[in-house]
Amino acid sequence: MANWTHIGPAVIAAFLASLLDSVEALTTVLAVGTVRGWRPAFIGTGAAMLVLALLVATLGPALGLVPISILQVTIGMLLLLFGMRWLREAILRSAGVIAAQDEATVFAKATTLLGRERQGVVVTWDTAAIATTFEAVMLEGLEVVFIVIAIGSVGNTLIPATIGAAVACVLVMIVGFALYRPLARVPANLLKFTVGVLVSAFAIFWLGEGLGFSWPGKDAAILGIIVILIAVAVGATRLVRYSASRPTAHEGSQT
Amino acid sequence: MNLIVTTFKNLIGIFVEDGTLAILLIVWVGIVALVLPRVPIDSSWDGAILFAGCVAILIENVVRAGRRG
Repeated sequence: MANWTHIGPAVIAAFLASLLDSVEALTTVLAVGTVRGWRPAFIGTGAAMLVLALLVATLGPALGLVPISILQVTIGMLLLLFGMRWLREAILRSAGVIAAQDEATVFAKATTLLGRERQGVVVTWDTAAIATTFEAVMLEGLEVVFIVIAIGSVGNTLIPATIGAAVACVLVMIVGFALYRPLARVPANLLKFTVGVLVSAFAIFWLGEGLGFSWPGKDAAILGIIVILIAVAVGATRLVRYSASRPTAHEGSQT
Repeated sequence: MNLIVTTFKNLIGIFVEDGTLAILLIVWVGIVALVLPRVPIDSSWDGAILFAGCVAILIENVVRAGRRG
Protein backbone atom coordinates (compact mmCIF):
# COMPACT_ATOMS: atom_id res chain seq x y z
CA MET A 1 0.00 0.00 0.00
CA ALA A 2 1.44 3.35 -1.04
CA ASN A 3 1.47 6.29 1.33
CA TRP A 4 1.37 10.02 0.69
CA THR A 5 5.15 10.48 1.09
CA HIS A 6 5.39 8.30 -2.06
CA ILE A 7 2.19 9.24 -3.91
CA GLY A 8 2.72 13.03 -3.70
CA PRO A 9 6.28 13.18 -5.12
CA ALA A 10 5.48 10.37 -7.60
CA VAL A 11 2.51 12.23 -9.09
CA ILE A 12 4.42 15.54 -9.12
CA ALA A 13 7.45 13.92 -10.83
CA ALA A 14 5.27 12.21 -13.47
CA PHE A 15 3.21 15.38 -14.04
CA LEU A 16 6.22 17.69 -14.41
CA ALA A 17 8.22 15.27 -16.58
CA SER A 18 5.20 14.79 -18.83
CA LEU A 19 4.65 18.57 -18.95
CA LEU A 20 8.23 19.19 -20.07
CA ASP A 21 8.41 16.35 -22.59
CA SER A 22 4.94 17.16 -23.97
CA VAL A 23 6.01 20.76 -24.58
CA GLU A 24 9.08 19.51 -26.50
CA ALA A 25 7.04 17.00 -28.52
CA LEU A 26 4.35 19.62 -29.23
CA THR A 27 6.93 21.82 -30.97
CA THR A 28 7.60 19.09 -33.57
CA VAL A 29 3.90 18.19 -33.93
CA LEU A 30 3.02 21.85 -34.54
CA ALA A 31 5.88 22.22 -37.02
CA VAL A 32 4.79 19.14 -38.99
CA GLY A 33 1.11 20.15 -38.85
CA THR A 34 1.81 23.69 -39.99
CA VAL A 35 4.09 22.79 -42.89
CA ARG A 36 3.02 19.29 -43.99
CA GLY A 37 -0.63 19.18 -42.89
CA TRP A 38 -2.43 17.99 -39.77
CA ARG A 39 -3.31 14.51 -41.04
CA PRO A 40 0.26 13.11 -40.93
CA ALA A 41 0.94 15.03 -37.70
CA PHE A 42 -2.04 13.41 -35.96
CA ILE A 43 -1.36 9.94 -37.42
CA GLY A 44 2.27 10.03 -36.18
CA THR A 45 1.25 11.38 -32.77
CA GLY A 46 -1.61 8.91 -32.37
CA ALA A 47 0.53 5.91 -33.32
CA ALA A 48 3.27 6.92 -30.86
CA MET A 49 0.74 7.55 -28.06
CA LEU A 50 -0.75 4.11 -28.68
CA VAL A 51 2.66 2.41 -28.41
CA LEU A 52 3.47 4.38 -25.25
CA ALA A 53 0.10 3.49 -23.67
CA LEU A 54 0.67 -0.19 -24.50
CA LEU A 55 4.11 -0.02 -22.86
CA VAL A 56 2.61 1.37 -19.64
CA ALA A 57 -0.29 -1.10 -19.71
CA THR A 58 1.95 -4.16 -20.19
CA LEU A 59 5.27 -3.32 -18.49
CA GLY A 60 3.74 -1.60 -15.46
CA PRO A 61 1.73 -4.56 -14.12
CA ALA A 62 4.43 -7.04 -15.28
CA LEU A 63 7.05 -5.31 -13.12
CA GLY A 64 4.72 -5.69 -10.18
CA LEU A 65 5.39 -9.45 -10.31
CA VAL A 66 9.15 -9.00 -9.73
CA PRO A 67 10.31 -9.28 -6.07
CA ILE A 68 10.38 -5.82 -4.53
CA SER A 69 14.06 -5.86 -3.40
CA ILE A 70 15.24 -6.75 -6.94
CA LEU A 71 12.95 -4.09 -8.37
CA GLN A 72 14.19 -1.49 -5.89
CA VAL A 73 17.85 -2.09 -6.81
CA THR A 74 17.49 -2.39 -10.61
CA ILE A 75 14.85 0.31 -11.11
CA GLY A 76 16.54 2.41 -8.41
CA MET A 77 19.84 2.27 -10.33
CA LEU A 78 18.16 3.24 -13.63
CA LEU A 79 16.23 6.03 -11.90
CA LEU A 80 19.46 7.27 -10.31
CA LEU A 81 21.16 7.49 -13.73
CA PHE A 82 18.10 9.22 -15.21
CA GLY A 83 17.53 11.63 -12.33
CA MET A 84 21.19 12.61 -11.99
CA ARG A 85 21.40 13.17 -15.78
CA TRP A 86 18.47 15.61 -15.66
CA LEU A 87 19.78 17.28 -12.50
CA ARG A 88 23.25 17.65 -14.03
CA GLU A 89 21.79 19.19 -17.19
CA ALA A 90 19.56 21.57 -15.18
CA ILE A 91 22.50 22.70 -13.01
CA LEU A 92 24.74 23.30 -16.05
CA ARG A 93 21.95 25.21 -17.83
CA SER A 94 21.22 27.34 -14.74
CA ALA A 95 24.93 28.11 -14.42
CA GLY A 96 25.07 29.14 -18.09
CA VAL A 97 27.48 26.37 -19.11
CA ILE A 98 24.92 24.82 -21.49
CA ALA A 99 22.66 27.05 -23.59
CA ALA A 100 18.97 26.97 -22.67
CA GLN A 101 16.68 25.25 -25.17
CA ASP A 102 14.40 27.68 -26.96
CA GLU A 103 11.24 26.05 -28.33
CA ALA A 104 10.58 28.99 -30.69
CA THR A 105 14.01 28.47 -32.34
CA VAL A 106 13.47 24.69 -32.54
CA PHE A 107 10.07 25.33 -34.16
CA ALA A 108 11.52 27.79 -36.70
CA LYS A 109 14.32 25.35 -37.66
CA ALA A 110 11.89 22.43 -37.97
CA THR A 111 9.40 24.34 -40.16
CA THR A 112 12.22 25.54 -42.45
CA LEU A 113 13.59 22.01 -42.81
CA LEU A 114 10.17 20.38 -43.34
CA GLY A 115 9.16 23.10 -45.83
CA ARG A 116 12.39 22.65 -47.82
CA GLU A 117 11.86 18.87 -48.02
CA ARG A 118 8.33 19.35 -49.33
CA GLN A 119 9.06 21.86 -52.13
CA GLY A 120 7.56 20.72 -55.42
CA VAL A 121 6.41 17.38 -54.03
CA VAL A 122 2.73 16.42 -53.86
CA VAL A 123 2.07 13.42 -51.63
CA THR A 124 -1.05 11.65 -50.46
CA TRP A 125 0.64 9.62 -47.72
CA ASP A 126 3.42 11.72 -46.14
CA THR A 127 5.63 9.01 -44.61
CA ALA A 128 8.42 11.45 -43.67
CA ALA A 129 6.02 13.74 -41.80
CA ILE A 130 4.37 10.80 -40.00
CA ALA A 131 7.79 9.38 -39.07
CA THR A 132 8.98 12.79 -37.80
CA THR A 133 6.03 13.22 -35.41
CA PHE A 134 6.11 9.54 -34.40
CA GLU A 135 9.82 9.73 -33.53
CA ALA A 136 9.48 13.03 -31.63
CA VAL A 137 6.51 11.83 -29.56
CA MET A 138 8.13 8.42 -28.93
CA LEU A 139 11.46 9.95 -27.93
CA GLU A 140 9.95 12.41 -25.45
CA GLY A 141 7.24 9.97 -24.36
CA LEU A 142 9.69 7.18 -23.54
CA GLU A 143 11.18 9.32 -20.75
CA VAL A 144 7.72 9.88 -19.26
CA VAL A 145 6.78 6.22 -19.63
CA PHE A 146 10.01 5.21 -17.90
CA ILE A 147 9.30 7.54 -14.96
CA VAL A 148 5.67 6.40 -14.70
CA ILE A 149 6.54 2.68 -14.88
CA ALA A 150 9.62 2.91 -12.64
CA ILE A 151 8.15 5.09 -9.92
CA GLY A 152 4.73 3.50 -10.27
CA SER A 153 5.87 -0.11 -10.01
CA VAL A 154 8.33 0.28 -7.12
CA GLY A 155 6.29 2.78 -5.11
CA ASN A 156 2.97 1.05 -5.91
CA THR A 157 1.73 4.29 -7.47
CA LEU A 158 1.27 3.27 -11.10
CA ILE A 159 -2.28 4.62 -11.44
CA PRO A 160 -1.69 8.02 -9.74
CA ALA A 161 1.57 8.50 -11.69
CA THR A 162 -0.17 7.60 -14.99
CA ILE A 163 -2.99 10.04 -14.24
CA GLY A 164 -0.45 12.78 -13.39
CA ALA A 165 1.41 12.23 -16.67
CA ALA A 166 -1.80 12.05 -18.74
CA VAL A 167 -3.22 15.24 -17.21
CA ALA A 168 -0.02 17.14 -18.07
CA CYS A 169 -0.04 15.81 -21.63
CA VAL A 170 -3.69 16.80 -22.21
CA LEU A 171 -3.05 20.22 -20.64
CA VAL A 172 -0.12 20.92 -22.98
CA MET A 173 -2.14 19.77 -26.02
CA ILE A 174 -5.08 22.03 -25.12
CA VAL A 175 -2.91 25.10 -24.44
CA GLY A 176 -0.61 24.41 -27.41
CA PHE A 177 -3.42 24.06 -29.95
CA ALA A 178 -5.35 26.99 -28.45
CA LEU A 179 -2.31 29.28 -28.76
CA TYR A 180 -1.27 27.58 -32.01
CA ARG A 181 2.41 28.09 -31.33
CA PRO A 182 5.20 26.37 -29.35
CA LEU A 183 5.11 26.92 -25.59
CA ALA A 184 8.38 28.85 -25.39
CA ARG A 185 7.58 30.47 -22.04
CA VAL A 186 7.39 27.26 -20.04
CA PRO A 187 10.21 27.30 -17.46
CA ALA A 188 11.76 24.16 -18.95
CA ASN A 189 14.90 24.20 -16.83
CA LEU A 190 13.00 24.63 -13.57
CA LEU A 191 10.85 21.65 -14.53
CA LYS A 192 13.95 19.61 -15.39
CA PHE A 193 15.57 20.65 -12.09
CA THR A 194 12.48 19.62 -10.06
CA VAL A 195 12.03 16.27 -11.84
CA GLY A 196 15.77 15.59 -11.50
CA VAL A 197 15.59 16.18 -7.74
CA LEU A 198 12.42 14.08 -7.23
CA VAL A 199 13.56 11.14 -9.38
CA SER A 200 17.05 11.13 -7.82
CA ALA A 201 15.52 11.20 -4.33
CA PHE A 202 13.27 8.22 -5.11
CA ALA A 203 16.22 6.39 -6.67
CA ILE A 204 18.55 6.86 -3.69
CA PHE A 205 15.82 5.94 -1.20
CA TRP A 206 14.82 2.77 -3.06
CA LEU A 207 18.41 1.73 -3.71
CA GLY A 208 19.03 1.97 0.03
CA GLU A 209 15.88 0.00 0.78
CA GLY A 210 16.74 -2.65 -1.81
CA LEU A 211 20.25 -3.05 -0.37
CA GLY A 212 18.77 -3.50 3.11
CA PHE A 213 19.94 -0.13 4.47
CA SER A 214 17.90 1.63 7.10
CA TRP A 215 16.74 5.23 6.72
CA PRO A 216 16.14 7.54 9.67
CA GLY A 217 12.41 8.31 9.79
CA LYS A 218 11.65 5.38 7.43
CA ASP A 219 9.51 6.59 4.45
CA ALA A 220 9.67 10.22 5.61
CA ALA A 221 13.41 10.13 4.80
CA ILE A 222 12.48 10.62 1.15
CA LEU A 223 11.28 14.14 1.97
CA GLY A 224 14.57 14.85 3.76
CA ILE A 225 16.52 13.59 0.74
CA ILE A 226 14.47 15.90 -1.52
CA VAL A 227 15.19 18.95 0.67
CA ILE A 228 18.93 18.19 0.88
CA LEU A 229 19.12 17.53 -2.89
CA ILE A 230 17.48 20.90 -3.63
CA ALA A 231 20.01 22.65 -1.36
CA VAL A 232 22.91 20.74 -2.94
CA ALA A 233 21.73 21.48 -6.50
CA VAL A 234 21.28 25.21 -5.78
CA GLY A 235 24.72 25.32 -4.12
CA ALA A 236 26.28 23.36 -6.99
CA THR A 237 24.81 25.81 -9.53
CA ARG A 238 26.50 28.73 -7.72
CA LEU A 239 29.74 26.77 -7.40
CA VAL A 240 29.76 25.94 -11.13
CA ARG A 241 28.99 29.56 -12.05
CA TYR A 242 31.84 30.74 -9.78
CA SER A 243 34.38 28.16 -10.93
CA ALA A 244 33.47 28.68 -14.62
CA SER A 245 34.00 32.44 -14.29
CA ARG A 246 37.50 32.02 -12.77
CA PRO A 247 40.40 31.68 -15.21
CA THR A 248 42.24 28.36 -15.04
CA ALA A 249 45.91 28.33 -13.94
CA HIS A 250 46.94 27.96 -17.59
CA GLU A 251 44.78 30.91 -18.71
CA GLY A 252 45.97 32.99 -15.74
CA SER A 253 49.63 32.50 -16.63
CA GLN A 254 48.97 33.71 -20.18
CA THR A 255 47.58 37.08 -19.09
CA MET B 1 17.96 -2.26 -38.70
CA ASN B 2 18.52 1.48 -38.68
CA LEU B 3 15.34 1.97 -36.62
CA ILE B 4 16.51 -0.60 -34.03
CA VAL B 5 19.91 1.09 -33.70
CA THR B 6 18.30 4.53 -33.37
CA THR B 7 15.80 3.26 -30.79
CA PHE B 8 18.61 1.57 -28.81
CA LYS B 9 20.70 4.75 -28.88
CA ASN B 10 17.69 6.78 -27.75
CA LEU B 11 17.06 4.31 -24.91
CA ILE B 12 20.68 4.53 -23.71
CA GLY B 13 20.49 8.31 -24.07
CA ILE B 14 17.65 8.41 -21.54
CA PHE B 15 20.06 7.25 -18.83
CA VAL B 16 23.52 8.26 -19.98
CA GLU B 17 24.66 11.65 -21.24
CA ASP B 18 27.99 11.94 -19.50
CA GLY B 19 29.63 8.50 -19.35
CA THR B 20 31.83 9.38 -16.37
CA LEU B 21 28.83 10.34 -14.22
CA ALA B 22 27.03 7.10 -15.06
CA ILE B 23 30.08 4.89 -14.45
CA LEU B 24 30.98 6.58 -11.15
CA LEU B 25 27.41 6.25 -9.86
CA ILE B 26 27.28 2.55 -10.77
CA VAL B 27 30.72 1.93 -9.21
CA TRP B 28 29.73 3.84 -6.03
CA VAL B 29 26.49 1.87 -5.59
CA GLY B 30 28.49 -1.34 -6.14
CA ILE B 31 31.09 -0.36 -3.53
CA VAL B 32 28.43 0.64 -1.01
CA ALA B 33 26.50 -2.61 -1.58
CA LEU B 34 29.59 -4.80 -1.16
CA VAL B 35 31.60 -2.96 1.47
CA LEU B 36 29.15 -1.38 3.92
CA PRO B 37 27.64 -4.66 5.20
CA ARG B 38 31.20 -5.79 6.09
CA VAL B 39 32.30 -2.60 7.86
CA PRO B 40 31.64 -2.45 11.62
CA ILE B 41 29.77 0.87 11.69
CA ASP B 42 26.30 1.74 12.92
CA SER B 43 23.97 0.51 10.14
CA SER B 44 21.75 3.58 10.50
CA TRP B 45 24.50 5.48 8.62
CA ASP B 46 24.37 3.20 5.54
CA GLY B 47 21.69 5.18 3.69
CA ALA B 48 23.35 8.50 4.50
CA ILE B 49 26.70 7.22 3.15
CA LEU B 50 25.04 6.07 -0.09
CA PHE B 51 23.37 9.48 -0.46
CA ALA B 52 26.53 11.47 0.38
CA GLY B 53 28.56 9.59 -2.25
CA CYS B 54 25.97 10.22 -4.97
CA VAL B 55 25.88 13.92 -4.09
CA ALA B 56 29.71 14.16 -4.10
CA ILE B 57 29.87 12.49 -7.55
CA LEU B 58 27.28 14.93 -8.94
CA ILE B 59 29.06 18.00 -7.54
CA GLU B 60 32.47 16.88 -8.85
CA ASN B 61 30.95 16.19 -12.28
CA VAL B 62 29.17 19.53 -12.70
CA VAL B 63 32.16 21.53 -11.41
CA ARG B 64 34.45 19.71 -13.86
CA ALA B 65 31.95 20.29 -16.70
CA GLY B 66 31.77 23.96 -15.72
CA ARG B 67 35.57 24.33 -15.91
CA ARG B 68 35.59 22.61 -19.30
CA GLY B 69 32.95 25.10 -20.42
